[in-house]
Amino acid sequence: MILKPRLEDLKIIGFYLGKIILGLALTMAIPILIALCFGEINPALDFFISIEISVLLGLLLIKICQTDRDLNWMQGMVVISLSWVVAMMLGAIPLYLSGHYKVFLDACFETMSGFTTTGLSLVQDLDHLSYAHNLWRHLGPFIGGQGIAIIALSFLLKGTSGAFKMYVGEGRDEKLLPNVINTARFIWLISITYLIMGTLALGIAGICIGIKPINSFFHGACVFMAGFDTAGFAPQSQNILYYHSLTFEIITIVIMIVGSLNFNFHYQLWIGKRKEIFKNIESRTFFISIMLTFFIVAIGLNQLGVYPQAIALFRKGFFQLISAHTTTGYMTVYAQQFITEWGNLALFGLICAMALGGCICSTAGGIKMLRVGVICKAMKEDLKRIIMPERAIVIEKFHHIKEIFLEDKLVRSALTITLAYIVMYGLGALVGMFYGYPFLEALFESTSAAANVGLSCGITSTTMPAVLKVTYIIQMWAGRLEFMSVFTILGFLFASIEGK
Amino acid sequence: MKKNFALTLIILFLIFSPQTTAFSQSLSSSELIKNAKQYDGKIVIYSGEVIGDVMLRGEFAWVNINDGQNALGVWMSAALAKEIKFTGNYKSRGDRLEMVGVFHRACLEHGGDLDIHAQSLRKIGNGRIVKEKLNFDKTSLSLILLGALSLIWILTLFKHK
Repeated sequence: MILKPRLEDLKIIGFYLGKIILGLALTMAIPILIALCFGEINPALDFFISIEISVLLGLLLIKICQTDRDLNWMQGMVVISLSWVVAMMLGAIPLYLSGHYKVFLDACFETMSGFTTTGLSLVQDLDHLSYAHNLWRHLGPFIGGQGIAIIALSFLLKGTSGAFKMYVGEGRDEKLLPNVINTARFIWLISITYLIMGTLALGIAGICIGIKPINSFFHGACVFMAGFDTAGFAPQSQNILYYHSLTFEIITIVIMIVGSLNFNFHYQLWIGKRKEIFKNIESRTFFISIMLTFFIVAIGLNQLGVYPQAIALFRKGFFQLISAHTTTGYMTVYAQQFITEWGNLALFGLICAMALGGCICSTAGGIKMLRVGVICKAMKEDLKRIIMPERAIVIEKFHHIKEIFLEDKLVRSALTITLAYIVMYGLGALVGMFYGYPFLEALFESTSAAANVGLSCGITSTTMPAVLKVTYIIQMWAGRLEFMSVFTILGFLFASIEGK
Repeated sequence: MKKNFALTLIILFLIFSPQTTAFSQSLSSSELIKNAKQYDGKIVIYSGEVIGDVMLRGEFAWVNINDGQNALGVWMSAALAKEIKFTGNYKSRGDRLEMVGVFHRACLEHGGDLDIHAQSLRKIGNGRIVKEKLNFDKTSLSLILLGALSLIWILTLFKHK
């Protein structure tokens, strides 16, 4: 029998949602500071209005739903699912008020793309966007990459066991430290340390390539936030091509790779266990997968003679491949070039890289390397069983922070999520094809949205049908939360209607 | 006047030059990107607004020019870049330039970038500082919301008492 959610369930959900909204409102103060520093009056007002609306909504929810009860699993998952949707709408307000978005749906698309670290963009006339709005576009991935709930966990919630449910609900199932709140704070510590280092590196590189110092450090901070959080937004419309610099591209590649690694790796490096990176199944799978997919891309580009020199082929091909595989979405080619020049084989290589994605417990999207590694190990185990005598006992192990025995439960879980991703890539492509886009282009864009990549072959634009925009928003949301929270909210809605 | 005359002569020379094919009409960025193979190595005319920074690289400079559809990177001598007074951003509209240059689909000199190597340029519009006026509607909305927030705060205080 399905039980209908009680009023108490709704109150708990509303209370924690209110707290998360207040956390989000807090982050909007940063663009206000930037707007005041650069003397941008109207952008400051846009954020002031958004903060007021957010605080109003957050306070109302907290006051109406006042409770001291903790979250259970279902409530935790529903809070997370809803908080991403509410954050999308509230975060879209300042963007829409900027006048750089045709309709509110476009601003919602941009915000969801940012929070989910995707990077697909519908902004118009980006080159004239204010510093404050531009910072907000890049702050979105930094907030969403670490996890919206992580903000609440770090600053607003203290010692609650419900915190862990929200943490898991955001697609993370690894605790770095025994306490989930300490884990959340450690994730922030890592991210802010890298933010300082990355901004300095990109800022100095920017000055060396002729950008004015203030602009250079602003671009450095923005590109770092969107690169480390594998989002792929950039302050200018040409994305990374704007800089025309190999040095800038190399630094960006390093940032993208670092951002797509498991936070557990960073923790291991932090405590001095450097060997982990060479032994871990995820890093090994990542390396092999990058090599294989780059091989496909390089053959595709070489066959068509897209680039006249091997160096140019490597520079363009490798950058785009790393951008796809880490699910960042930075580009040094124009979106239309993928279709008009790159050819089907290179595109296929990129789609594979996007679909596979980065590491679990990172800001990257896609199926993820641990799952791919586990599935490969399971296949190897099955092959061994066929080859070896019937009485032989086959045991497969792998190293991920510690030695782990390959169990059926693990393989089933990896296969379920992989299957869910593949179905979602396909469904998005189907909607694209329904609107008349060719199969490969529709699959490219759908995979890019669902795996939170952000590379575009030109479909994503303000003129695309509203249904397709909504489809990509849902794909970005479900892909970022890795389905569990989304399934829970669907179950919650079903129970609300059909339950007794 | 002399500059314009020289530019006209250069354009005429490039158009009727036997070695290279030139396109006498200004081409859009979308047209160039879409048909990059067709225009590769050809002399083209491209115009648009200078955006972002003028990035000096020794005796040359990178200037990004947006024609309203896309921005293209233009490689030019630092002497030519000196003519640029305004670049486009939130607080200013950049100078509008029309340039004649060689279009590259995948530039050998610049790691495969799609770019234009400018040979000459002409300013077709001056940039300007954009004066920002306080938006009355936004101010009103912000004050109304502030009032609503204050009301909730006062009600909360009463409830606590």
